[in-house]
Amino acid sequence: MKLFKNAEVLLGGELKKADLLIDCGVIRKIAPEIEGDGYDCKGLTVLPGLVDMHVHLREPGFEKKEDIESGSRAAVKGGFTQICCMPNTKPVCDNKVVVSYIVNRAKEAGLCKVHPIGAITEGEKGETLAAIGGMKSAGAVALSDDGVSVTNSALMANAMKYASDFGLKCLCHCEDKSLVDGGVVHEGYYSTLTGLKGSIRAAEDIMIAREICLAESLDLPVHICHVSTYSGVQLIREAKARGVRVTAETCPHYFILTDEAIKDFDPNTKVNPPIREEKDRLAIVEGLKDGTLDCIVTDHAPHHEDDKNVEYNYAAFGISGLETSFALSYTALVRSGTLTLAELTDKMSGHPAQILGLRGGKIAEGEPADFTVVDLNRQWTVDPKKFVSKGKNTPFTGRKVYGSVKYTVVDGEIKYEEK
Amino acid sequence: MLKQKDLLGLYELSAEEILSVLAEGAKLKAALRKGKKQFSDLAGKSVVTLFYENSTRTRCSFDLAAKNLGANVVNLGVATSSVQKGETLIDTGKTLDAQQNDYMILRHPVAGAPRLLAKTVKAHVINAGDGMNEHPTQALLDFLTMQERFGSIKGLTVAIMGDISHSRVAKSNLYGLKKLGAEVRLFAPSTLMPFGLDRMGAKICRTREEAVEGADVVMGLRIQLERQHAGAFPSLGEYAKYYGVNETVMKYAKKDAIVMHPAPVNRGVELTTALIDGEQSYIEDQIFSGLAVRMAVFKALA
Repeated sequence: MKLFKNAEVLLGGELKKADLLIDCGVIRKIAPEIEGDGYDCKGLTVLPGLVDMHVHLREPGFEKKEDIESGSRAAVKGGFTQICCMPNTKPVCDNKVVVSYIVNRAKEAGLCKVHPIGAITEGEKGETLAAIGGMKSAGAVALSDDGVSVTNSALMANAMKYASDFGLKCLCHCEDKSLVDGGVVHEGYYSTLTGLKGSIRAAEDIMIAREICLAESLDLPVHICHVSTYSGVQLIREAKARGVRVTAETCPHYFILTDEAIKDFDPNTKVNPPIREEKDRLAIVEGLKDGTLDCIVTDHAPHHEDDKNVEYNYAAFGISGLETSFALSYTALVRSGTLTLAELTDKMSGHPAQILGLRGGKIAEGEPADFTVVDLNRQWTVDPKKFVSKGKNTPFTGRKVYGSVKYTVVDGEIKYEEK
Repeated sequence: MLKQKDLLGLYELSAEEILSVLAEGAKLKAALRKGKKQFSDLAGKSVVTLFYENSTRTRCSFDLAAKNLGANVVNLGVATSSVQKGETLIDTGKTLDAQQNDYMILRHPVAGAPRLLAKTVKAHVINAGDGMNEHPTQALLDFLTMQERFGSIKGLTVAIMGDISHSRVAKSNLYGLKKLGAEVRLFAPSTLMPFGLDRMGAKICRTREEAVEGADVVMGLRIQLERQHAGAFPSLGEYAKYYGVNETVMKYAKKDAIVMHPAPVNRGVELTTALIDGEQSYIEDQIFSGLAVRMAVFKALA
């Protein structure tokens, strides 16, 4: 039995003073005053455990960049109780053996809940369907060829149909490679200024549009990964308005940064899709506000310093995001008045859980005791040297943010406590 | 004369810094013209050229400039060095630094690479062209030729025509010319014109005539065959016909206008042979300016 006392708890979209009694991994009782000694959470806020449906844990195959344990540790430090890991490992997570391996390694790590995402196609090669049924039985919660699009539209249509038989959704990385053509940044003023090769919005939008068309034709759900363009937001907004079953996510770097960040050639700004312009940033914020964009994910993409400390074109794409996501999002969206705390929490917990059919995303009696205790008033400075992730690659170094995680509780166990 | 340790681009330089290099370059060019090739400004210094892209004239020009100033020069062939064994630019830089090199001349296919090297090493880094970013000494030599021909760059109208998209020369020229008070007009097929150059002060022209009208300088840029293969235009013939500079187009320029080109030239593509070899051509003078201006850059960083 554990008691968390005197906290502000996000209950049904509202903050209420309450005590939480935890027993056997479940929230037993929520009441204004529960007798007994416990963790004093005065001045702290209790949120449903954060859920990140888009991370890269790199294991198996790239343990130099991250492994399941270090990634899980970064997750609980960032307030996440559940994360979903993308299949672009080595070997690719395209069969039940790799899915089981990830599930088991996550259990050994024993930190947060780790849900594998299986590949849509074998080896993420876009040629034949991966063993979707087997992966589902081993614990895969969704399908994605993240990092690339399934170029063949007929194959993608089949994937969506076949996946639906197993209750799985396809999470689509949207990128027309012929338009990207080696581009490493957004094509615009700053690509010209730096001389770095850019790619235009259409490279992303064309594939977003295709996935929407497929979902509409087939009347099946589809989820769009890491939206970065204003025009992509508009495509999704219009599709939702006419009833297409499309959901979408974005990442903190797309609603906080603009491509001006690349002007000093810092490889930590290199991410796919690229950081775009102010009009895109504003549209992403608007999309979060009006519900076009359902979720905030990190696209946590840890890399070893050797992969980043090179010429810009040769640097790996990606940002290590688990340990900064909540504070960045809270600072940029809630403190600015764009979203309420409850809305932000939906984007970072309830909605991703709903989209993938995971338990969680709310605090209520009888629910799993997955929650995050945060100090919303504490200001801190992003310092990658303090990351527990192996990936220290962040473009946010030195940024002052609000909101620090005090405790992360998974199934009633304190898996992270701020020292 | 230059405030920073390195010459990475003209974007970072002030008009005063550019003019000071040009003034020194003019003096050196005059001395060279008189046959003086032995100077001692870099005596006892070592210079290494590090070229990750093919180049003959730029490398040769730096090599001669350093030798004329009395430096020891090593030309590191990237194809035969440990770079082929996978050594990173940073590690290569540290090695060359440990060998007490005073100057590193870097040409690299990736924009920003000289900056990465400059942050790593104690030596002075001179950018000899980085991806689509900058080629500062090329622009400086262009300015020296223009300044000698017209007395001053201020008030000149310079039309730059060709593959603007992939041209570090166009960008270095644009940055420098704007700082020195010239008007810069750019013309290219839409497929070879990047975003945003108007925001950097260029006038983007839709026709050759609009670009050349009343210009003092008409500068052609090299069109690479690989652009055709990438689908930027159908053929070199069509490029020459609709986008190239010929005698008819040149009539729109001022009477005493000059023709320039960073070379090597595709004869009959970006410029006609008659213009390349004609009286208005200053292409050979540019090469001469290159030697003088690179000597001036070495001195300015010393």
